[in-house]
Amino acid sequence: MRDILRRFGILFAFILLMVVLAFLSDSFLTVNNLLNIARQVSINAIIAAGMTFVILTFGIDLSVGSVLAFSGAIIAGLLSRGHPLVVGIGAGLLVGGLIGLVNGLIITKGGVQPFIATLGMLTIARGATLVYTDGRPITGLPDAFVWLGAGEIARIPVPVVIMTVVFAASYVVLTQTVLGRYIYAIGGNEEATRLSGVNVAFYKTLAYVISGALSALSAVILTARLNSAQPTAGMGYELDAIAAVVLGGTTLAGGEGGIAGTLLGAFIIGVLNNGLNLLNVSSFYQQVVKGVVILLAVLLDRRLR
Amino acid sequence: MEGISKSFPGVQALRDVQFEVQGGEVHALVGENGAGKSTLMRILGGVHQRDAGEIHLRGQPVEIPSPVYARMLGISIIHQELNQVPALPVAENIFLGREPRRAGGFVDWKTMYARANTLLQDLGLPIDPRRRLGTLTVAEQQLVEIAKALSVEADLVIMDEPTAALTVEETERLFRFIRDLRPRGVGIVYITHRLEEIFTIADRVTVLRDGQYVGTYAIGELTMDGLIRLMVGRQLTEKFPKEPVAAGAPVLEVRGLTSRGRFTDVSFTVHRGEILGIAGLIGSGKAAVAHAIFGAIPVDSGEILVDGHPVTIRSPSEAIAHGIGLVTEDRKRLGLVLGMSVTANITLPVLPELETAGFVRRREEAARVTQAIRDLDMAVASPEQPARNLSGGTQQKVVVAKWLQTRARVLLLVEPTRGIDVGAKVEMYRLMVDLARRGVGIVMISSELPEILGMSDRILVMHEGRITGEFPRETATQEAILASASGRIHRA
Ligand SMILES: Nc1ncnc2c1ncn2[C@@H]1O[C@H](COP(=O)(O)OP(=O)(O)OP(=O)(O)O)[C@@H](O)[C@H]1O
Ligand SMILES: [Mg+2]
Repeated sequence: MRDILRRFGILFAFILLMVVLAFLSDSFLTVNNLLNIARQVSINAIIAAGMTFVILTFGIDLSVGSVLAFSGAIIAGLLSRGHPLVVGIGAGLLVGGLIGLVNGLIITKGGVQPFIATLGMLTIARGATLVYTDGRPITGLPDAFVWLGAGEIARIPVPVVIMTVVFAASYVVLTQTVLGRYIYAIGGNEEATRLSGVNVAFYKTLAYVISGALSALSAVILTARLNSAQPTAGMGYELDAIAAVVLGGTTLAGGEGGIAGTLLGAFIIGVLNNGLNLLNVSSFYQQVVKGVVILLAVLLDRRLR
Repeated sequence: MEGISKSFPGVQALRDVQFEVQGGEVHALVGENGAGKSTLMRILGGVHQRDAGEIHLRGQPVEIPSPVYARMLGISIIHQELNQVPALPVAENIFLGREPRRAGGFVDWKTMYARANTLLQDLGLPIDPRRRLGTLTVAEQQLVEIAKALSVEADLVIMDEPTAALTVEETERLFRFIRDLRPRGVGIVYITHRLEEIFTIADRVTVLRDGQYVGTYAIGELTMDGLIRLMVGRQLTEKFPKEPVAAGAPVLEVRGLTSRGRFTDVSFTVHRGEILGIAGLIGSGKAAVAHAIFGAIPVDSGEILVDGHPVTIRSPSEAIAHGIGLVTEDRKRLGLVLGMSVTANITLPVLPELETAGFVRRREEAARVTQAIRDLDMAVASPEQPARNLSGGTQQKVVVAKWLQTRARVLLLVEPTRGIDVGAKVEMYRLMVDLARRGVGIVMISSELPEILGMSDRILVMHEGRITGEFPRETATQEAILASASGRIHRA
């Protein structure tokens, strides 16, 4: 029993939350609302997927929100000037990945702690966004691009499709591949992993590249959905992403946890946001409730371990 | 303790075990790796809760819900797996959780450091209590752990393999301490795989096998062979299954290797099929030589040749690429990823051999691991069990298994049998002979003189970072090695 609870504790918490909200609000458990939640969740979930890689290596990436804003601005800038879709999106993902690369190099080659390195990058990327956009939103995006945020494939919102692909791929990478093994090993015991002949610096850096690229991917969705790039987009997103990862059972100490939990964590946060909105809870109280629920869930989880 | 049972998911660690210690007695607890020794003592120390059975202390039934409670009951425990805070100074580690206080609840640092100093001096340890624990060697950390346990005024002191990392002299010092405790009426539980120690220090011995109670015996009524038979359930024919292997061409040559502050001008050659033993006291730099060859610590000058060709090795991955493997002496910190499965640990250095397009070939991996588990007779419930949950000796086998996977041409073994049981030791030695026969060159760096003498074809002795003696197998004696190890130069 304890074993089952331990493995599925967060799942139970999620189901409980769903049941409670279904009782409290008639409009909660409708197909439309659920698809809506999934669409809203997708942005944080995709960032959190990248964050999972980083946290598993015993790192942290605080720059994700700013990376989102900056790559969003790059994408919108290129598209609004008439460049083709692939060029705009490709450039955005490249920029995200490159920022991740810089993060990784500062951490592995420069020996700077991940918290500090990515905190610095958080400020730099935000500043760069403001410089690039001159503090104003970038609009005038093509319809084909907007479809990525607002469109549907067989009634499923496109962002949800993208999120599903990202999580399926991350799951496969973390559980089936050499890269996944190394990520867990590095987070579990970096020195022992190094002594096993693994190029630790390379794989750690790769985790930050993945995180940066996935932040850029969520920038695609957010920019498309808003039909514009906002210079202030993604502020505070790092906290929601970290919360999703930790709720999902991945420890900040690295080496233990997984991507499936992160998806669940992101959904708990999303459902909570949605439910509190439906119940007309003021946004001030929403923050308090959200924080309390996150702490309770994590406490419960640690208790069971 | 009576009728004690304890199970973990997938393993029955203890079944209906009884155990009794009297005040003023040294009671040895022995058994193979995974027999349940540590588990039994962790129950007494409040770390684990028993599933069934009773514990009596001074005739009264007691519950021991937590380690803090155990300490209040006068039970002090030296854990097999060091559990200390590397970032804190030695003194703070010793007094962790029971720091001397001044009025107002402030920590009385002065008293703390003074008491730590006295304690360390009593034990004859030249360790500065202000040094951070993480900067000490494993042996020194172990000694600090002992000091910590002895600093509590305990009626029962449990020592779980306290000497696994210690030299002969340090062990002697510990024994003197134990002999002092005995007349004070303190009961001592002593767990070890160095069985000869039991005959020196213990009054009685209790044997466990596969989580079950075998019996309790007065030390006078046992012989070494008899004790081994009780432990493993069969007769062990030979302790060192050494077989002569014709040495081939040089496979590893080291010339004038120097790593400042660690060792100076170390030169030697290992041939294919040869077992080269390196002996020396703690601090002689013998382990550092292995780490340097493996690219794990920097080298200032010198040359390394593999198969006669000079090579540069700047990282462990380069060493592995040149066919060199290293079994480290500190399995928890350097050898294992404790949170990962036995499987993932064993194949970690050879994943590149086991991948197709980045994917791990799981079936092949599982087959290899199953084979390794069988070859080394590891006590694991399943290959997916996290390494953390294994008994200490089984963890050591996992580290060894890992390097056997790499099919290295040169294996550097640092304290390869630390913490493994008599039966497994013989298996380990057999494996070494087997590897030698297949042409692997083996460097065995060990503080255990018997195994150095029993298994090596040639023996080097180190003292303060320099090689002070070299002996062929035929003429090596314990006395001669000890003399070189304390600094007298000897070339045979
Ligand atoms: N926390 C745990 N979770 C699961 N299994 C465990 C745990 N602790 C110990 N075990 C299992 O219980 C058995 C007994 O382990 P224990 O550590 O008591 O052995 P031991 O006699 O001390 O061996 P060694 O001589 O190698 O130290 C082993 O099979 C081990 O894998
Ligand atoms: Mg043990």
